[in-house]
Amino acid sequence: MKRAMILSDTDNVATLLDDICEGETAVLIDAEKAEIGRIRVLNDIRRGHKTAIRAIRAGEQIVKYGQVIGGASRDIVTGELVHTHNLESLRGRGDRA
Amino acid sequence: MNLKMYARANGTFGVRNRIAVIPTVACANHVAEQIAAAVETADAYCHPYGCDQLGKDLDLSFNCLKLMGTHPNNGAVLVLGLGCEEILPHDLYEAIKAEQPMTELLVMQEYGGSTRSIERGIEICRQFEKELALQERVDADISNLTIGLECGGSDFSSGIASNPSLGEFTAHLCAAGGKAVFGETTELMGAEEILRNHASSQEVFDFINSRIKAVEQVALDMHVDLRGTQPSPGNIEGGLSTIEEKSLGGVMKIGREKIVDAIPFGAKATRPGVTYVDTPGNDLACSLGLACAGAQIIIFTTGRGTPMGFASSPVYKVTANAFIAGIMAENFDLDLSDIIEGDMTIRQGGEKLWEDILRVAEGKETAAERLGHREFSLYRVSPILT
Repeated sequence: MKRAMILSDTDNVATLLDDICEGETAVLIDAEKAEIGRIRVLNDIRRGHKTAIRAIRAGEQIVKYGQVIGGASRDIVTGELVHTHNLESLRGRGDRA
Repeated sequence: MNLKMYARANGTFGVRNRIAVIPTVACANHVAEQIAAAVETADAYCHPYGCDQLGKDLDLSFNCLKLMGTHPNNGAVLVLGLGCEEILPHDLYEAIKAEQPMTELLVMQEYGGSTRSIERGIEICRQFEKELALQERVDADISNLTIGLECGGSDFSSGIASNPSLGEFTAHLCAAGGKAVFGETTELMGAEEILRNHASSQEVFDFINSRIKAVEQVALDMHVDLRGTQPSPGNIEGGLSTIEEKSLGGVMKIGREKIVDAIPFGAKATRPGVTYVDTPGNDLACSLGLACAGAQIIIFTTGRGTPMGFASSPVYKVTANAFIAGIMAENFDLDLSDIIEGDMTIRQGGEKLWEDILRVAEGKETAAERLGHREFSLYRVSPILT
């Protein structure tokens, strides 16, 4: 069973606790490990990395732990890997200063 | 609640009874190392600095070395100077001796070259060792215990398992009347809302917030994207995509506790409960800041795996990353990977941590101590200008 953990109700990403391959289904669990849903992933995702649990528009906030962890740098679809290629930080952006 | 600890002249209590060999300047490093290598309970506090420093930077370095000499885990100190450096050996000796009567001074330019100084230093430390061996632990209230909370080489497992377990530990410690200190200011960037909720006063929050903004300004002034440095390449590979994500996982280490005080680097924690210390995210600098704040033990969670110890204080290593717990097993004190892989709960993780730390306080050796990891450096607040 491949698991992906959602840490808070308002999160729009889940963190994979197991390596998963494109096309496989992960069981979504909450912080107490209760099963709350399922999701089919669209990429190979390594353990520890994130998948979107709903569609996220470019510019929209990405939420984990119930807090903003950054912004989507492009449109993201449900089940897609979320990492540095489509999630940008909103802090320490000296490259924009 | 009482623990068996070593009583010090300045009213503090230590969990170890070590000899600190403190070189005032880089030039005395090798001699300090050779002295400490010959005496089992001696540690050399080597660093690349001590000269060509001025102003606040010089004051901070002097103060940190003084705090290392008077650290409760040290029962005796040898201040080792060259003789021409800015960190004045005689001044450091006097400052430490005022609180730690078992302090000696050896200045190479007054006494002799490397070989003579090493021989004399070993003689002094062997005498210290004999006297320290006669000292016994006494009952001390747990309010005398300060635990450093630190994370390094973080990955996805840090924020969902090991740091929350550390948060549970912090609850036990604070309920018993102990102190906890945490820092890593860079790694609070993005967690401001949580810090605001935990701060016991507006003043505490404002201080922390101003320090976070100051660190962020460093990246802005350099016109670089902080990502790649913070989080590091290892953090990123381990699943942490942004500094915000890293920070939110890191702040879990204080659990539900209030932050009762906020102090600068080089200051001591004085209130029971959790105190924020303005340290950088850099592991070695953070350990120094927490030890200067009084931490007798540092609990260090890591996902990617780091062996680092610290000269003045036992570092206790925790991971919830099953892979690294296997590959680097000898470097770990507690494996919490069952929180992710199995049925262990965060509460159980916290309890295991609490029970084991009490043992460490009363003498149980950590992996880092056993392997001889006693890293040290000073924290510079200005570059080498002169």
